[in-house]
Formats: sequence, C-alpha cells, structure tokens
Amino acid sequence: MKRVIIKEEFCIGCRLCEINCLVQHSKSKKIIKVFRNERDSLVSGVQVEQSGYVSFAIQCRHCEDAPCMEACMTGAMHWDAETGAVLCEQDRCVGCWMCIMVCPVGAINTGPNRAVASKCDLCYGAEMPACVANCPNEALIYGEYDEE
Amino acid sequence: MRGIYNEKDMGGCAIAGIMSESGRLFNGEQVIRMIGNMRERGNGLGGGFAAYGIYPEQKEHYALHVMCESAEARQAAERILSQRCAIHADEPIPTRMTAGIGERPMLHRYFVSVRPSELEGGSNKTEGDAIVAVVMSINLEVEGAYIFSSGKNMGIFKGVGYAEEIGEFFRLEDYQAYIWIAHGRFPTNTPGWWGGAHPFGLLDWAVVHNGEISSYGINRRYLANFGYHCTLQTDTEVIAYLFDLLVRKHGLSFEAASMVFAPPFWAEIERMSADRRELARALRVVYGGALLNGPFSVLVGHAGGMVGLNDRTKLRPMVAARDGDRLYVASEEAAVREVCPNAESVWHAEGGVPIVGEVRSPTLPPSSAPQRSLTGGDFASALG
Amino acid sequence: MLKARQWLVQPDFLVRRDPDKCIQCQVCVRQCSNDVHEYDAEEEVVISNSAECVGCHRCATLCPTNAISIEQAPLEFRPNANWDGNMIRNAYKQAESGGVLLSGMGNDRPYPIYWDHMLLNASQVTNPSIDPLREPMELLTHLGCKPDRVELSPASNPAKLATRLEPQLELETPIMFSAMSYGSISYHACLSLAQAAREAGTFANSGEGGLHKDLRAFADNMILQVASGRFGVDVDYLNAAAALEIKIGQGAKPGIGGHLPGEKVDASISATRMIPQGTDALSPAPHHDIYSIEDLRQLIYALKEATRYSKPVFVKIAAVHNVAAIASGMVRAGAEVVVIDGFRGGTGAAPTMIRDNVGIPIEFALAAVDSRLRQEGIRNRASVVAAGGFRCSADVVKAIALGADAVNIGTAALVAMGCHLCQKCYTGKCNWGIATQDPILTKRLNPNIGTRRLVNLLRAWSLEIKEMMGGMGINAIESLRGNRDHLRGINLTGRELAILDIKAAGE
Repeated sequence: MKRVIIKEEFCIGCRLCEINCLVQHSKSKKIIKVFRNERDSLVSGVQVEQSGYVSFAIQCRHCEDAPCMEACMTGAMHWDAETGAVLCEQDRCVGCWMCIMVCPVGAINTGPNRAVASKCDLCYGAEMPACVANCPNEALIYGEYDEE
Repeated sequence: MRGIYNEKDMGGCAIAGIMSESGRLFNGEQVIRMIGNMRERGNGLGGGFAAYGIYPEQKEHYALHVMCESAEARQAAERILSQRCAIHADEPIPTRMTAGIGERPMLHRYFVSVRPSELEGGSNKTEGDAIVAVVMSINLEVEGAYIFSSGKNMGIFKGVGYAEEIGEFFRLEDYQAYIWIAHGRFPTNTPGWWGGAHPFGLLDWAVVHNGEISSYGINRRYLANFGYHCTLQTDTEVIAYLFDLLVRKHGLSFEAASMVFAPPFWAEIERMSADRRELARALRVVYGGALLNGPFSVLVGHAGGMVGLNDRTKLRPMVAARDGDRLYVASEEAAVREVCPNAESVWHAEGGVPIVGEVRSPTLPPSSAPQRSLTGGDFASALG
Repeated sequence: MLKARQWLVQPDFLVRRDPDKCIQCQVCVRQCSNDVHEYDAEEEVVISNSAECVGCHRCATLCPTNAISIEQAPLEFRPNANWDGNMIRNAYKQAESGGVLLSGMGNDRPYPIYWDHMLLNASQVTNPSIDPLREPMELLTHLGCKPDRVELSPASNPAKLATRLEPQLELETPIMFSAMSYGSISYHACLSLAQAAREAGTFANSGEGGLHKDLRAFADNMILQVASGRFGVDVDYLNAAAALEIKIGQGAKPGIGGHLPGEKVDASISATRMIPQGTDALSPAPHHDIYSIEDLRQLIYALKEATRYSKPVFVKIAAVHNVAAIASGMVRAGAEVVVIDGFRGGTGAAPTMIRDNVGIPIEFALAAVDSRLRQEGIRNRASVVAAGGFRCSADVVKAIALGADAVNIGTAALVAMGCHLCQKCYTGKCNWGIATQDPILTKRLNPNIGTRRLVNLLRAWSLEIKEMMGGMGINAIESLRGNRDHLRGINLTGRELAILDIKAAGE
C-alpha cells in the first residue's frame, strides 16, 4: 500500500503542502477563489510542525491497526479496502472527538464547523496526493515503506 | 597551376591496384583497364598511378619526380637538390601527346643519393629522413616546383585528365612493375592543378584515396608536430604522412596502424581480451590526433606490398580478389572482373580491417615498413 | 536596532505583488532570507520591502499563484553611455562604506563573447553527416600525459603493448565540474556535484575547501585541489583522490587568493579546512613556496612522490596575458593537465574590480595555449582543460574544436541546481541553499534533486554535442579536438581570426 513518506531532512517549512491540500479538497479547486471564498470552511489534512530549522509535514499515517477506528463509537472511521486509507464518513460522525484524543501523531483535527473530525484522506482517488505533488523539495514522497 | 580556391579539396573517386605477391613484373595495361572501367566515378580532372620495380638499373637511388611551372622553378629546385644530394642521372619523364591532356607542367626525374653531410648533426637519423626533409624543403620553399614522388625503384605518374588518358600520356605500357596502383578523381575544387591528383607519395609510400577526411584539420596539425607540413590542400596528403610516421618512424605494424586510423569502437574494445584491450586503448589514447574520421577507402603502396583500408563504419566501397600470386583491389567488383574474370576468391573489405598484400621475394629493396605484417590478407582471426 | 542609513544606496530591484492574486499564504515571508516580505497581522496582508531584495527569485518561484514579479528598480538615470547605472551605484556604495566592492559569480560586463562569434560546420554531399541516434558516437576522453609513440613487443603475435601509459582520467563526456569549495557552497551542493559526477562518469573538484569526510566515498570521482592556503591537505586526502590539482589562480580573480568570509565558516567548515570557526579564510595570493617556475616543478613532484605517481597532477591557472608561455613552462615542469580559467569564471567572493577587469577571455587563451604547445611539439605531454563561462553545449563543442581536451563548468552547474545569479554568494544568505552554510537554507537543496538536475544537464549537453559532431561527419571526439577547420568566425577582426587561427565565414 502506498503511503506518504516523510523526509524531514528536506522540509523547508514553506507550507505549500498545507495550501495545496486545502485547494484539493475545495469546491472550486481554483486557488485564488478558494482563498477568497472558501478558506474558512476548509481544514488542511497535513500540518507542518516546526522548531528552529527542524520542520516536517505530517498527516494521518493510515495505520494498519488504527486507534481512531477502534475508538470511534459510530463506525464513521473506517478502512477503505480500495486505497488502504482510513477515512471518516462525515454523515456518521457525531463529533465526539475520541479519535482526536487517541491519535498517536495528532493528525486529526476538528472540522471547520466543529461538527465533524477532519483528516487526510490520501486525496481519495488521485494518482498522487496533492501535498506530495506540490512539495518543492521532495520532503514528502509517495511510495511503499519496504521500498525504503 | 596551384589551386585557385584556397580550400581543402574533396577526395573523390575511384581506386584500383594490382600486385604480384611473388614479385613478378608486368606492365601497366591491366591497371589502366581497371581504372578505365570506373571512368564514371571521376570527372576527368585528375588521374594517376604508382608503380613499383620500374627502375631496376637505378634501384639503389631515390627516383625524384618533379613538376615545375617554369624553368626558373626547376633550376631553383635543382640547386637545393644538388646541395643536399648527389644527382646521378636526370631526364624529362617520357610522355606522348594524348587527347584529353591539355596544358601541363614540366615533368622531370632525378636519380639521387643522400650526401653523407646530411646525416650528420642530429635531425636526420636515416637516409629516409633526409629525403623527407629535402622534399618538404623544396615543396615549401620553391614557388612553382613540387616533388611528387620520392621513393627507390618506384614512381608516381599523375596529372589532370581521365586516368586512362594519364596512363597513355605517361606511356605506362613501357614500364614493368610488381605493384600498380591507380586513381581517378572527381575534384570539386580547381581545374588544372596537376599536383592535386592522386597518388600522394613520400619515399616509397603512395596513397590513393576515395572519400573525405572530416578530421583533416586536426590530422594536419598533429603531423606538424613531427615535421610534416601539408602543402597540397588535400586531405589525402595526411594519409601518406601518417603512414610514414606510424609505420616507418614509430615501427607500428599495418594492423596496429589500422587500429589507429580506423579504431574499433570503445564498446568493442571493452569486449576484447585483456592484452588486446590494453593495446587498442593505448593506441587510441596516444594517437587520437591520427584517427581518420569520415568515409574513406584507401590503398597504400610501398616497396613491400600494398594495404587497403576502409573507415570503421564502412562508408566507402572496396573489393579485393586473389588469383594465383595476384592480389587485386578496387572500388568496384566490375573493375576486378574486367581483368580477372574468374578470380579464386573475391570479397568486400570489412570496416577497419586492413587488406594486406605482401611481396615475398628476397631480391627486392627493403620497404619503408620495417615490421612485416605477421599474417597476410584477412587477419581478423588474429585479433583476440 | 537603529543604524545610520546609507542614503545614497537605493534598491536594485522592485518587488511587485499583484493584489488580485496574492492569497496571503506567506510562503514568500517564510522563504526570503533577506526579510523582504512581512505579514502585517493587523492589516492581514503581506507587504514587501524592496530595499533588501537581491533578485534571487525564490519568492516568485515558490508563490503558488505567481503573484510576485521582480523588476529592475525603475529609478532610471539620464541615459549615459559612459556612467551606466552600475558604475554610479558602485560609486555610491563606496562613498557610503569606504570598502572594497565585493561580488559573487563571474564577470557580468558587456565584453564580447567570442563563442558567439564562431560558427560550426556541417557536412553535406561530399561527406555524410552521421545520425547519433542510430550510429555510435564516441565522447570518451582521457586526461593525462601521453607519450609521442607506442612501442609494441617485437616478438608477439598477436601484437602486445610494451609501452606503459602514465595514469589517465577517463571521462564518459568531455565535461567536468569546476572547483567549488566546501565553504563557498553548502555540503548538499558538494554532495550533489560528487554524486552527479559518479553517475555521469565524470569528475567533480573539491576546490580549496578540502574534502568533507562524508564525501570520501566519492573520492574516485574527485579531483582534489591543493591551493595556496593548503586547506584540508594531508596525505590521506592526497591519496584518496582520482587526481590532484595545484591551484595557482582562477579566472574570476587572477593574482589573488580565494576568499571565504567568516560568516560562512561554521563548525563543519572549520573542521574540514582546519581553521578556527568564524575567521575569514583568506588564501594567500601566491603559493608561498612557488615563486618561480622551478618551484612549481618541485611541488608537482612532491605530490607525485606522496601519491607514488599513481594519479595525474593538474595545474590550474587563470587566463592572463602571457598564458601561452606560462602553460608551456607548466608542461615542461611536469603538469599532466593544464586547466585554464578564463575571465568569465565564477567565484563565491571576489573584489568586483578584479573580477571585471583582470584576465582574458578563455577563447583566446585556449587557442593560444593549444597553438603554442603544438608549435613546441609538446602538446601530447599534457591535456588542456578550459573553463570560464561555458553556457551551453555549443560553447563546449567550439572549445574542443579550438583544442581543449575537456571543459569545466561551474556557473552552469550551479544554475542547474537552482542558482539565479543574484551575485550575493558572499553574504552566505543564498535562498537556494547553494552558497550558504545556514542550516535553514541548506535544507532547501535536496541532494537527490540536485544530483538529478546535474546529471540531466550533463546528459542533455552530451546528446547535443553528439548531434553537432554527427552533423560535422565526425563519430569520435578525437577528430573534433583541435580541428579548427570546423570553425568559422563572424564579426571578428583579422587579428582575432589570426590568434584563434580560424577562417572567416565564407572562406
């Protein structure tokens, strides 16, 4: 299963990954329109963590034995067989935040209206996630872990 | 008389050669028929021949063929010649009026030997070196005079006209030789310069060439390092001098020299056995300036035989045939069949692999090629 | 901190931000090491202070909406062919600071570029051109001392080689990377150059910064430099290399030594160069043990002894007026490769006046050296490598036709890695992570990407060289080398044609 692999030694803290995640998950998909009109209704699936010159972008690891799936009381957090991603079915989510509390990497956030949980969905259906495609320094790559 | 356009002339044309590997003499009639058969490959602006074994009474002396535009030029050349050489005999080269041969320079031959004083003082180690120095000297310094043949017991006959006409003009049916080489030219440059025809010669080397050498610019500069000066505005000149340098002076065999002129590709070299690879690599690394690039079909005569070579990508034709003690080489098979309809074997030369004909006869003078080739004919099997 | 303002010094560039496109994402704010862009949280807008902009284009390149453009500052002087804007601004800077003008990269003044006055040949009719996609086209090049002739073992059949060749460097393509020191450029840049040299089958050069211990693994593809400061030179260093280079001078600053400002000397540089952290690394102008040609011979042989004659010794000089005579002397002193760096050569830091006014173009230097060595019959004793502002593969082909065995590229390699020639290398604030040691900035040059880009450049140029050679009817680079018949000059004076020893177009 392909995952987003983090190369923290190359992250330059530009946050273009965050920007492109928003655009990819927007309605209009046009960056200027997104930032003018939709900004408040979107939460980025990837977040850049930074301290001094150490920085890296982290998103949901789509764990095999995901704690968030176990903690989810409605079954909204489920494993998608096709992509191998862990996805949140928004219609089922009741906003209890158990997933946010148990996630070991802190990759889940509250959604824009605080009603549902929001996290990376591997840009469902795309050949390559938007964060990987738009990282100017290849600090995020899309590949199999055992290829490393 | 000199080229009116100051540019490199393209080597056109047709080449042919016959030799007797047992040293038997024959006249020029057959080689004239061979080259005449390929008349279409030339345009009538140049033809020539080289013949070996033709001056048996003067075989110890260097036979210098000189063409001069004027009497003054001839006198100037003769002055230099007599200072550095002893002139034993001289006469005009016998010719006859021939249709198709127009204005021509004065054609004269001198039979000379080197004065001992020329060998003292360092730069001329051998008689051959001394003669080369005299030839370079006269060709560079005397305006209107040009030595176009300088070997022992051999001669080059060339000029402006179709090759068969040149053959008739010089009365080649009167000479007996054991090697005949011929050339018909298709120059794109000047009409009217007799010096531009092939063969080009130095000592007993005579070179006829079909093709164009794209590496001429560097070959010429490389040779200048070693004292050879190209004065004839034609790329064939470098081939003659390169053979003299590599084979006579540096002592390489014809096979090794061929690996310099038409080297195997690096990809092939990698696949060779260790010794062969080391040799091939060293030859390319050291003699890069002598690599002959561009399409060529070359036939080189010397006192001990003749060598035919194609460029390594085989872009020009060369056919060879053996029949009894005879070796035939020509640009076209038809020319060979013209004089030898039922040869024992006929084959096409391989790119980069020389065709080597050797005279095995104790009575002939030593050639400029001291290292006899160790195998005759097709030697591909000797390569590792 | 308040500082007295230098009133005469005005911005060089104007940062123009399109308000319709800017999405206030602040990528530009985060990326500019000169603090040009700033986010005003109150007004919720990004604003730019053009005064600090050096024109490196980092912000414009990364801006996701292409909202930024960088223009030459429109403060235009009255047209003056004598006092152009540069000259006026230089005078202001010096009036305010009293200092020596410093620049990075190479001579940018409008002297004629002689490569652009030379044209190449193509074969037609009398000689076929060759298609490199279908036929072999050989670029393999050997650098080193070659004998005049080859001796064969007399008795062998088939023939065997008797001559022993001096050590040669084998290059898959006639292009190498110029010397760029660890210190003037970042570790990631050095690593990219070393990896690319290995992958492409050519060589990189350590420059005078010594060899970082982690780059020892690539030493088989490295030429290690012994410069006047002798930074990093010890016997292990010498023996690790594929070849050694004595640096007498460089094209960007003939006559003076290398200069690494203290800002760029961090702990790692300090360890590699064996100098205290934070001090300026100023190489002496001459080698203090080479005051005349015989001293050079002594050093060359000292290096050969130290390495048991196992590797070729290069000697690098800047192209100056009597370069032909100097080169001849160097060859007779034992140099096996002569590297000539023309006046367009780049550097991390050089006094602007020296960079722009000292030295001669590589085109003339190369032609003169090749001709002189041939005249003296010693051309085979040393290979000639040309450097100094090669911008494209056509420049390389012309250089080889003039007589070079190979060329070195410096600026072109940096450009391939992302350099935008802003010429501020000496500040240590290179936004592209190339000419800096700041870890925030050096992260920006991912060596995987850097290597890939360099290998791509070499590959692209090599393919173009093959195309041009094929056009000339040549299928081996030995036949292009020194073959000036394939060059014609345009818009050159008779003297220039004579020095280059090429004919004019039409002849």
